[in-house]
Amino acid sequence: MLHNTAQASPALNVVALVSVGAHPSSGRARRAEQDARAVELGLRLAGEQLEVLHAGDPQQPALRSYLGMGLQQLHVIEQPAQADVISALHDYLQDSDAQLILTGSQAETGEGSGMLPFLLAEQLGWPMVVGLTEVEHIGNGIAQVLQALPRGQRRRLKVRLPFIASLDNAAPAARQSAFGPARRGELLSHAAEANPDALLSESPLQPARPRPKRLKIITAKTGAERMKAATAKASGGGGQIIKGDSPEAGAEAIFKLLVDEGVLR
Amino acid sequence: MMLNTLLPILLFAALALAVVGAFKRFAMWRRGKPAEVDWFGGLLAIPRRYMVDLHHVVARDKYIANTHVATAGGFVLAAVLAILVHGFGLHSAVLGYVLLAATALMFVGALFVAKRRFDPPARLSKGPWMRLPKSLLMFSASLFIATLPVAGILPAGFGGWLLAAILLVAITWGVSELFFGMTWGGPMKHAFAGALHLAWHRRAERFGGGRSTGLKALNLDDPQAPLGVEKPTDFTWNQLLGFDACVQCGKCEAACPAFAAGQPLNPKKLIQDMVVGLVGGSDAKFAGSPYPGKNIGEHSGGPHLPIVALDGKALVDAETLWSCTTCRACVEECPMMIEHVDAIVDMRRHLTLEKGATPNKGAEVLDNLIATDNPGGFAPGGRLNWAADLDLPVLADKRQCDVLFWVGDGAFDMRNQRTLRALVKVLKAAAVDFAVLGLEERDSGDVARRLGDEATFQQLAKRNIATLAQYTFKTIVTADPHSFHVLKNEYGALGGHYRVLHHSTYIEQLINAGDLNLGQHQNAAVTYHDPCYLGRYNGEYEAPRNVLNAIGIEVREMQRSGFRSRCCGGGGGAPITDIPGKQRIPDMRMVDIKETSAEIVAVGCPQCTLMLEGVVEPRPQVKDIAELVAEVLIEAAPKPSVKRQPAETSA
Repeated sequence: MLHNTAQASPALNVVALVSVGAHPSSGRARRAEQDARAVELGLRLAGEQLEVLHAGDPQQPALRSYLGMGLQQLHVIEQPAQADVISALHDYLQDSDAQLILTGSQAETGEGSGMLPFLLAEQLGWPMVVGLTEVEHIGNGIAQVLQALPRGQRRRLKVRLPFIASLDNAAPAARQSAFGPARRGELLSHAAEANPDALLSESPLQPARPRPKRLKIITAKTGAERMKAATAKASGGGGQIIKGDSPEAGAEAIFKLLVDEGVLR
Repeated sequence: MMLNTLLPILLFAALALAVVGAFKRFAMWRRGKPAEVDWFGGLLAIPRRYMVDLHHVVARDKYIANTHVATAGGFVLAAVLAILVHGFGLHSAVLGYVLLAATALMFVGALFVAKRRFDPPARLSKGPWMRLPKSLLMFSASLFIATLPVAGILPAGFGGWLLAAILLVAITWGVSELFFGMTWGGPMKHAFAGALHLAWHRRAERFGGGRSTGLKALNLDDPQAPLGVEKPTDFTWNQLLGFDACVQCGKCEAACPAFAAGQPLNPKKLIQDMVVGLVGGSDAKFAGSPYPGKNIGEHSGGPHLPIVALDGKALVDAETLWSCTTCRACVEECPMMIEHVDAIVDMRRHLTLEKGATPNKGAEVLDNLIATDNPGGFAPGGRLNWAADLDLPVLADKRQCDVLFWVGDGAFDMRNQRTLRALVKVLKAAAVDFAVLGLEERDSGDVARRLGDEATFQQLAKRNIATLAQYTFKTIVTADPHSFHVLKNEYGALGGHYRVLHHSTYIEQLINAGDLNLGQHQNAAVTYHDPCYLGRYNGEYEAPRNVLNAIGIEVREMQRSGFRSRCCGGGGGAPITDIPGKQRIPDMRMVDIKETSAEIVAVGCPQCTLMLEGVVEPRPQVKDIAELVAEVLIEAAPKPSVKRQPAETSA
């Protein structure tokens, strides 16, 4: 496969933060899908110069599948399983000369809250871009990037370096991980203080249940209508803006809607 | 007398050049990786391997077999005698007559070679090969005339200096082609390299009626060693020797399903490209059919240069390697017993294990195999869902059984679940003591291995072997020829040795033992499609046909059946890498099937089932042998004493 879309600019220091993922149907440890996209984008931006960083167990074999993407080494900040890794990452990154930090949007294991890039950005005092799909160009300390919006829309942003970006699923898919380089790559371990995660140690974890989805009744009769229903923007035609009315009138309007929708009978 | 002085000089000079060329060529082959061979035993075995094993393949084409016997036999005899008579000057009339007979035989053979070259079929290479019959005729005719005085038929000095000069020119041409052309890279190279290839073949088990089809295991012990074949010198030296033995007859090209489908693969060109890589240079001199859609003269390489360049062009494009379905039709047809599939998989191993460049869905399938033990990425816990209502005995509970039913990944596919259920019905009707591994079963590793991912294959294989080691069973029976082949022929190198049967073989045994009470199929026109991994890989052509006969089906054979069966297009990960061509391989196979005007095509492989059912209707129905047997099963089993005799069922 060819990876020649964005040419590597050697001056840029890019760090990709990676976690250990879990396969959705078997639960086995693997490279996390979105984090692998972060590595992919990082490789396209910085090539060999890309630094890939993980906080956790340096013995975890799943980390090798990141190395299989063609990395010489992967830096691991040693952290126990239940630790809050943000301060360790912060300490490490503050001492580095990173200009762009790439992450996935949400981890596949652990809390998976998706908060890490936000908290890290807050601590570092850097801007944070959500849903990055492409870095168009970087110059004069400013990056021009594309941000993913729903339904394939994109927003072009200019961001001052350094910044943190979390990747959207629309970012380029990760290249294949090859066995040879995965086995030869080095896992460089760095010692760091462990900071216990108060929330995790107090509260029990339980498997998430998917949020029930509202059934979609398709009334379209032709293929064209179905296509429209599937692709068109949700049009709030039936919406009503209540402004300046009395609270009673507002409550009455809401009550009427609930009855119409069959929520109240 | 001019001839008597010049001929010995000419002959010995040509021989000396041939010897120099032989050493140079040998040194080229030895640039490859080391390989264990039986140096002396191999050389001693050449005549037998040539006259029995190789002739067995060549004799499928009677015309060229007889032609070759005459030409090559005549030449070898003539060459030896010419050295005695004209080289050492043993001018005995008896030797003279034998030499005359030999050259005459060779001349007749050469005439038939020339006849084939009048309007050569597309599969034959042209170029220097068009010159060969002329050289053969020239050599035999001139030597014949030069020998006439020796035999005493003509007076010495007949024809004077003019004839002598003409003869000298003709003999020079002849010995250039036939003596040192043999070792300096002319068409006659096939005789020299071919003989040594037979001696030091990488799969010596193939000779003497043996079969050796399992891929060789890749040593993964050394983490620093690059994996697979990147450069021509990464092949073992006897593989390089094997490439050099090619006669460019194009039988492989004619049999290759990917070539016929217009995908960019031609096995003959691939082997010739490997020779280009061995020597160094470009493919511009190749005088045969190109890879469909690729021009000749744009690719080049050398012994220490990468064969595939992922961006740009090198010796071979990656898509050429990924077009192969590993159906082994080329290997089966090759009169020089060259191993095309081994070479392709060796090169794929490098692309997958070192470059991470498995095309299209390849990476996804390999990731799925690693994470879920099945290529589709289905939750491993659902592996036995197809049999939720069948109450199958699971080996983890039983610990031992007669027959271990290896389900395979058809378990996740709704079409193949029908086959599996039919087979269970048959096994139950025959009261077989069987069990399945259930959730402990994993993909056999077939697809991973053919996609070049030896690491994933070995991991799956080792886990399966460890699972199987916990239990006691006599035989493994499977409805999947790919699992069958891997379990039977490829797990051995990793320590798993089993007795494995394809379900058609096992059903045949059940029928012969009278364990099945079967009715007859009525009036169905049925043809049978031989799966590559059952037929060519394992030599099982009879059992499926016997089973069909036993249920009253007379098989309408396709033109390409048995060892010449055409691939369905589903092997070697070809549906996953999905290299575009002009038509689809299963469509071509369906045309073969329709030619028999069969209403049903019987299959014995989940992959063939899917590929052939993927052909648009109207087309014959696709049914597995197990389904056909289950259809006529008379389930109210009589008491064991009232068994049907096989003679009755096959009536």
